[in-house]
Amino acid sequence: MKDEPEIRIGFYVCHCGTNIAAMIDCQAVARYAAQLPFVAVSRDYKYMCSDPGQELIQRDIKEHALNRIVVASCSPLLHEHTFRNATEKGGLNPYFFHMVNLREHNSWVHSDGSKATAKAFAQIRAAIARVPHHKALEVLQVPIHPDVLVVGGGIAGIHAALTLANAGKKVYLVEREPTIGGHMAKFDKTFPTLDCAACILTPKMSQVKSHPKITLWSFSEVVKLDGYVGNYQITVKHKPRYVNEDLCVGCLECIPACVFKTPKFPDEFNQNLGKRKPVYIPFPQATPQVVLIDPEVCLNLKTGKCKQTCVEACGDRQAIDFDQRETFDDIKVGNVIVATGFKTFDAHRIPQYGYGAFPNVFTSLEVERMINTSGPTSGAIVGRDGKHPDTVGFILCVGSRDEKTNKWCSRTCCMHSMKLAQLIKEHCPRTEVYIFYMDIRAPGKGAEEFYDKSLRMGIRFIRGRVAEVTDWAVTPEEEGRLVVRCEDTMAGFVRRIPFDMIVLAIGKEPQADAQDVRRLFNMSCGTEGFFLERHPKLAPVSTFTDGIFIAGACQGPKDIPDTVAQAGAAAAEAMVLIDQGHIEIEPNTAHISEVDCSGCKSCLPLCPYTAIAFIETTKKASINAALCKGCGTCVAACPSGSITQNLFEDDEIFSEIAGVLAYE
Amino acid sequence: MNNEPFEPRIVAFFCNWCTYTAADLAGVSRLKYAPNTRVIRVMCSGRIDPQFILTALAKGADGVLIGGCHPNDCHYAEGNYKMLRRFQLLKRLLQDFGVEESRVRLEWISAAEGDKVKSVINEMTEQLRALGPLGMPAKFAAWDQEVEELQHQVDEASETEAAHA
Amino acid sequence: MKYAYFPGCSLKGTGRSYEESLLPVMRILGIELEELRDWNCCGATAYMSVDETKACVLASRNLAIAEKTGHRALVTPCSACYLVLNKTQHYLKEVPAISNGVGKALGAVGLSCHGAMPVRHPLDILLNEVGLDAIKQKVTHPLTGVKIAPYYGCQIVRPYATFDNAYQPTTLDRLCEALGATVAHYPLKTRCCGGSLTGTMPEPGLHCAYQLLKEAVKRGADLLATVCPLCQFNLDGYHDQIAAKWEPVRLPTLYFTQLMGLAFGLAPTQLGLQRHLVPMKPLLPVTA
Repeated sequence: MKDEPEIRIGFYVCHCGTNIAAMIDCQAVARYAAQLPFVAVSRDYKYMCSDPGQELIQRDIKEHALNRIVVASCSPLLHEHTFRNATEKGGLNPYFFHMVNLREHNSWVHSDGSKATAKAFAQIRAAIARVPHHKALEVLQVPIHPDVLVVGGGIAGIHAALTLANAGKKVYLVEREPTIGGHMAKFDKTFPTLDCAACILTPKMSQVKSHPKITLWSFSEVVKLDGYVGNYQITVKHKPRYVNEDLCVGCLECIPACVFKTPKFPDEFNQNLGKRKPVYIPFPQATPQVVLIDPEVCLNLKTGKCKQTCVEACGDRQAIDFDQRETFDDIKVGNVIVATGFKTFDAHRIPQYGYGAFPNVFTSLEVERMINTSGPTSGAIVGRDGKHPDTVGFILCVGSRDEKTNKWCSRTCCMHSMKLAQLIKEHCPRTEVYIFYMDIRAPGKGAEEFYDKSLRMGIRFIRGRVAEVTDWAVTPEEEGRLVVRCEDTMAGFVRRIPFDMIVLAIGKEPQADAQDVRRLFNMSCGTEGFFLERHPKLAPVSTFTDGIFIAGACQGPKDIPDTVAQAGAAAAEAMVLIDQGHIEIEPNTAHISEVDCSGCKSCLPLCPYTAIAFIETTKKASINAALCKGCGTCVAACPSGSITQNLFEDDEIFSEIAGVLAYE
Repeated sequence: MNNEPFEPRIVAFFCNWCTYTAADLAGVSRLKYAPNTRVIRVMCSGRIDPQFILTALAKGADGVLIGGCHPNDCHYAEGNYKMLRRFQLLKRLLQDFGVEESRVRLEWISAAEGDKVKSVINEMTEQLRALGPLGMPAKFAAWDQEVEELQHQVDEASETEAAHA
Repeated sequence: MKYAYFPGCSLKGTGRSYEESLLPVMRILGIELEELRDWNCCGATAYMSVDETKACVLASRNLAIAEKTGHRALVTPCSACYLVLNKTQHYLKEVPAISNGVGKALGAVGLSCHGAMPVRHPLDILLNEVGLDAIKQKVTHPLTGVKIAPYYGCQIVRPYATFDNAYQPTTLDRLCEALGATVAHYPLKTRCCGGSLTGTMPEPGLHCAYQLLKEAVKRGADLLATVCPLCQFNLDGYHDQIAAKWEPVRLPTLYFTQLMGLAFGLAPTQLGLQRHLVPMKPLLPVTA
């Protein structure tokens, strides 16, 4: 610092309205800072992040010849960027700025004002001690590969892929099931408009298939991701479907030809309510229109002894290939959109509702398939005993809003149940339909009106959490039926109501392998296991890893409109990077001072990105800044202290340590 | 002043991606915890040089808390393992120095575990409160004085020796 | 395998046949139950609702004695004892005011309770330590053709569902099947038997017992299997009153340990069956 001009620090403490000022004495903080070494200006201000707040910094830089800026406000993860910009606009290198987290790490988490203020003194002391060591740094620019990977082919992935492709971007859409469509493909109608789900979804599915800018890989999974924003290298595994996708024309002639004359095996797409053959297509509009063979039940694949009538039926097309194996593709993309969706709650986990024990207890998704005209019952509502129910009871919040299972709301099970209830009423107006609820949550456009319509249709709503579904009959009317026991909190007593069919409105959970997917894409999960967005309000589709975006129910339960909106947002975020052509990344990389390096090679095995190379000619280590991601592990390990990390230099951290401890 | 209960000072090194974010989450969730910790942000727990910990103790910290991502969850693949290895070695060193084990703590706290930030800080504050101050700066001062006196005696002795000679 | 054993007052009084059947059955399976020396009443659920700290003192004295034995766990067959002792363990860990009070009271008599000894039900031991296979091996007189309504009562799986599901327990079902019996689908398996209500407010209390018996009859059960002395008492002892008030629903209620004893070939009198009020000779071929 000797040859540099005198250090002149501008210090600013933000009230954040009352968020900080109600707990921390901001004037006292400003006074305390004013008398610390090198501080030329010290101010407190109501909202530092506002335009006037930022302008204050810019003006002070010029008027007071400031060359370091410290702002004590909220978390740097939120506004570091804002204040670096302000610093830069004021004419300084943005890295002469440092931020103190007085809100998330202090005023919001403490309840004793004088102790919080004392802690604030220590925090700002550290920053003011640190910032003189800051150096001017150049922002690193990384080029963005224009292609995008979309993971998951539900409505979120489909919408994101089409949006990008329509903007002229090359998209790889990877779906692990044999068809795209996700949960939405299983729905009959969509609330609150009751438009047919297939009618609005299948055109989008075929667009995906035919779009020249989209490569659709169904029955495939991402197995590896390397690289960094703008330059991801990805390996995709294609699972064998025992049918050559390029040769199959989707004529489906192999299915009737199969040696199993009748469908025998549980049909996953229909929630196992129907049956399928070993060679099958999940549903009529499946995309791609390509059959697949289930190796678990196919006679030929299991025993090798089969007449192979399917091959015969396929004839010259020769699409069936029993020798198919897993294959892999390596691709390069600049951005990834993760849209891996959710899984439904397993109703067996609440045994008192009798799912699995009583044949006529169904899940909402099962009824959804049943009510669908292309479903296993061709649209008829029938119990597992083959009878049409006269009375149907819906139990809401099964696996939602429950301390014992999932605390969160599924956000759709009220509306979904009302939709099914209305459809049942439409199919068979004489059916008595009850809905047992805790609260009806019908926000959003047209939703409250939909609730109102349900009431007018004569659907009965009983407020109370259901205690159990039992076949214990105490009156002749209850004999042979399923009795719901529940407290009717409106009427103020416990009721027993018999039904012919019970529908459990099951909640939404993170996918079973969400943790693996999270690791694969270097994301975080919230406590409940859904992927964590960078900021709940201001960066809802970004993650903590640049170039990895999230959309749809993998981020948290949501309905179709919200999912589509998020998918569009994720596509737009990716396009921002693509159209910029490059991204600026934090210049927090490590560097080796060649003079001090002893060539001991301690650092070489520590780098997970192989950014450190040993130069044989000089016998020194050298760091490739393009590969370095700035973790600093090598810096801490270097025995000769010859590695430094920008923004986290030893001097900077040691002065922070001294700073936080300087104030009693 | 002396009637007030002893308030330990804890220097915390939190990694940017998991534990620092978790501490932000604790804030956003308005969880209340003891105000005894001062957080220093590093990008990765792998950046934490044992020298940082020793310096913090030497300069008056009563305890040091290190927060990193859970095993397998490191944003940089394996920086937290590197920290763990150093931590194991450092623990032995601290033991030799007579620094109680509970004064230096390593915790894996993910971005979702705001409540763990709270419980760890509260627990550690309680433990250190019970343990009392480490008081390294005062000890250093006492040792310096001791050395100074010894030096003085040596000087005097050599002066006398010189006089005799 | 050896465990500390807390019989509780009922097993020395109204529930004698429970102990009479439990001990020989366990012995056959190689399990020794060592009765605590100088144990006292657990306080049951009644005292808990009057003064929690004092109730916990009473219960934890037994826990303190059990800890001194050094056994791996304390086995207690009575549902009320099982619940109270477990609850005390929880309170000692979670409620400082109670654990302080208990500490002081026990300290006065030179005892201390660390709350470290697991309190387990014989059903838990049988299913999870002995195992159904070992039990099946000892069956010499399988209960073939006997249809049993498995009745757990309200206390052994609630609120602490440590070894079975709180709503749909299955341990007793599986045990009865292992003995060769047929298990009836019995939807009231965890519903209250009336408990101590039969003593203070007979009508609603007996109505509970009546419903349990009636449903078991309806499900074609030959008998009810129970794990609790109070349930057995309520379901066995009031048939005349139930018949007078509602309708006769005569069905014997046996301890699961008695069923095991019968299947292991022990004589009914060795299992205390003669103490029961509802005769089971015509109902149960093995007792004939």
